[in-house]
Amino acid sequence: MYGNDFGTDAEPLNAAEGGALDDVLQSATERRTTPGSFDDLIAREQRIEPRDDMPDDYRKTLIRQIAQHAHSEIIGMQPEGNWISRAPSLRRKAILMAKVQDEAGHGLYLYSAAETLGVDRSELLDKLHSGRQKYSSIFNYPTATWADVGAIGWLVDGAAIMNQVPLCRCSYGPYARAMIRVCKEESFHQRQGFEILWTLARGTDDQKAMAQDAADRWWWPALMMFGPPDTGEAAKGGGHTEQSMAWGIKRFSNDDLRQKFIDMTVPQAQKLGLTLPDPDLRWNEERGHWDFGAIDWDELWRVIKGDGPMNAARIAHRVTAHDDGAWVREAATAYAEKSAARTKGAVA
Amino acid sequence: MSGDVTWVGKAPESVVPEGDSLVAAYCLQLGDDALIYAQRLGEWISRAPQIEEDMALGNIGLDLLGQARALLTRSGELDGTGRGEDDLAYFRDEREFRCVHLVQQPRGDFAFEMARMVWFAAYQRELYAALTGSSDPVLAAIAAKAVKEVDYHRDHAEQWVLRLGDGTQESHERMQAALEVVLPYLAELFDDDAVSSAAAEAGIGVLPSSLHDAVVARVAALVERATLTLPDDSRWRSRGGRRGVHDQCMGYLLAEMQHIARSHPGATW
Amino acid sequence: MSEGALYEVFVRPKRGLSHVHVGSLHAPDATMALRNARDLYTRRQEGVSVWVVAADDITASSPDEKDSFFDPAADKVYRHPTFYDVPEDVEYL
Repeated sequence: MYGNDFGTDAEPLNAAEGGALDDVLQSATERRTTPGSFDDLIAREQRIEPRDDMPDDYRKTLIRQIAQHAHSEIIGMQPEGNWISRAPSLRRKAILMAKVQDEAGHGLYLYSAAETLGVDRSELLDKLHSGRQKYSSIFNYPTATWADVGAIGWLVDGAAIMNQVPLCRCSYGPYARAMIRVCKEESFHQRQGFEILWTLARGTDDQKAMAQDAADRWWWPALMMFGPPDTGEAAKGGGHTEQSMAWGIKRFSNDDLRQKFIDMTVPQAQKLGLTLPDPDLRWNEERGHWDFGAIDWDELWRVIKGDGPMNAARIAHRVTAHDDGAWVREAATAYAEKSAARTKGAVA
Repeated sequence: MSGDVTWVGKAPESVVPEGDSLVAAYCLQLGDDALIYAQRLGEWISRAPQIEEDMALGNIGLDLLGQARALLTRSGELDGTGRGEDDLAYFRDEREFRCVHLVQQPRGDFAFEMARMVWFAAYQRELYAALTGSSDPVLAAIAAKAVKEVDYHRDHAEQWVLRLGDGTQESHERMQAALEVVLPYLAELFDDDAVSSAAAEAGIGVLPSSLHDAVVARVAALVERATLTLPDDSRWRSRGGRRGVHDQCMGYLLAEMQHIARSHPGATW
Repeated sequence: MSEGALYEVFVRPKRGLSHVHVGSLHAPDATMALRNARDLYTRRQEGVSVWVVAADDITASSPDEKDSFFDPAADKVYRHPTFYDVPEDVEYL
């Protein structure tokens, strides 16, 4: 799973672009210089590969975005991992273990993609642990009941997929390839979440109430995952969006993706028999879209800055695992050195 | 006064089941071992020394959970109660579980986990290999699938015992200490309890004591390669898991595992 | 603390196909790299065989040499079967 998020410079990070793609391609085409150059490859929608020449900012933007995406997968193991020991059936326990394990795998695919840009994973982990790189703020909320596992799959993974599918066409080859793998594997994540809520919504009164409560708590944070609006008063730090679009890193605007997500999700909520906690949510015939109420951006910025219910706990959990494992990693390295020396000795 | 004396002392009833009930009881023991160890391994996810190891422990946990589900389902089919895997996992009390103490032990450091795994996987490997010849066709099929899985678990644990034993001074000390911590729980794996003995007799199961030598030989050779020492006999040893007398940690494990399911009786998930 | 060496992973998706590069991972040595690769890249039966290669051991062509490496092949059309004219009624060619 992945929630789109923001850098320390408050830059929106999610995949995105709008109808602006054509304009962007147009201008890139005009800038085209030497065949085979970076600009030329971008203009022809060819992939950039690790050893190609690329602008320094392109490399930096990608490293930051891929790293944050990877961190989100790794931190994202925790809210659901919280329920592995208590899953109410063995089938659910197996699904949940597989899902959380997938998130570890997705984190690794993404760190692997980032490393092709010349950074080391330990460097990236260090930045995560010291708060110098972010992860998606959605994971700073607690998972209070079993229904939250369903709501995360349905809403959070649903929003993540919206963000991720366009990234499969990202201009940077290793990132795009990692995303194809991630998207393929994630297809079950959203469905299992929906299925959990579907079962609860058809269950006892307590179960129904549990499902509704989870939807109430996760709806707004899920909408925030697409990042701040692209225009208007609440738009902040969108300055890099245009550049990311030109580079084929972002493919749709935050607002377009958010609207698409809402349009997709409202009928699913109706099907589930759950209400969504927004009195202004109504179908707009003229626009052909669902209208929705104002998002509390102050909350988003507050959580991003560290004042979310679980920010401190998530990092502490991660750092503890890393620190507790240091002696194991050191041992493995020492053993590898000893074995290499032994092999060398045997040959000599 | 004479008539009442017979009420004072009486041996608890201990009836070894027969036929289908025996297969059910035997599968329940094996299933509980797998289930409770899967529960403990699940606690590692997001806490492993390296993300690659989160993946590995997750895979192993999933394998064990799969074995548990198949074995508990088989048990429920044959015990005459019509219970499914979830009835057995979530609605039995501590005294009705039949797992050994080794798998119940709380998560320790990574050396402890590898010490537990290297023994338990070596034991399961010999066990399942023998059970592929079980007279119960379902149990034989479960074993045939599981033997490949535990082969990998054993290899994984062996790789780590080697690295931790022959790694740094600290890892060597931790690994040696871990071998000593798990030692008291090993004898129980090889006890010929009433159900296993009857199952072996009937061609359904394996006599646990018959697995002992192969398992010990395997681990002993590994421990030597890892520059470690196999600890001597300990002053005490665990007993009673197969009779449902568990370590005190078991109640807490079950409280956590079962509480959602038990809070909503009759609910489906 | 180091995460171990970087290994590139290649998976043969099924019999009859070549190994294909799928990504990388970290491991202290090749033995563990192979096992980690199995857990990471084949947990949905994506492969029947796995290779791991220490990333440092790979020698790669450089983008600077791209022209001299690959362009000279562009005019050797005679390497491709469609280059040759044969009468249409000749079979099995």
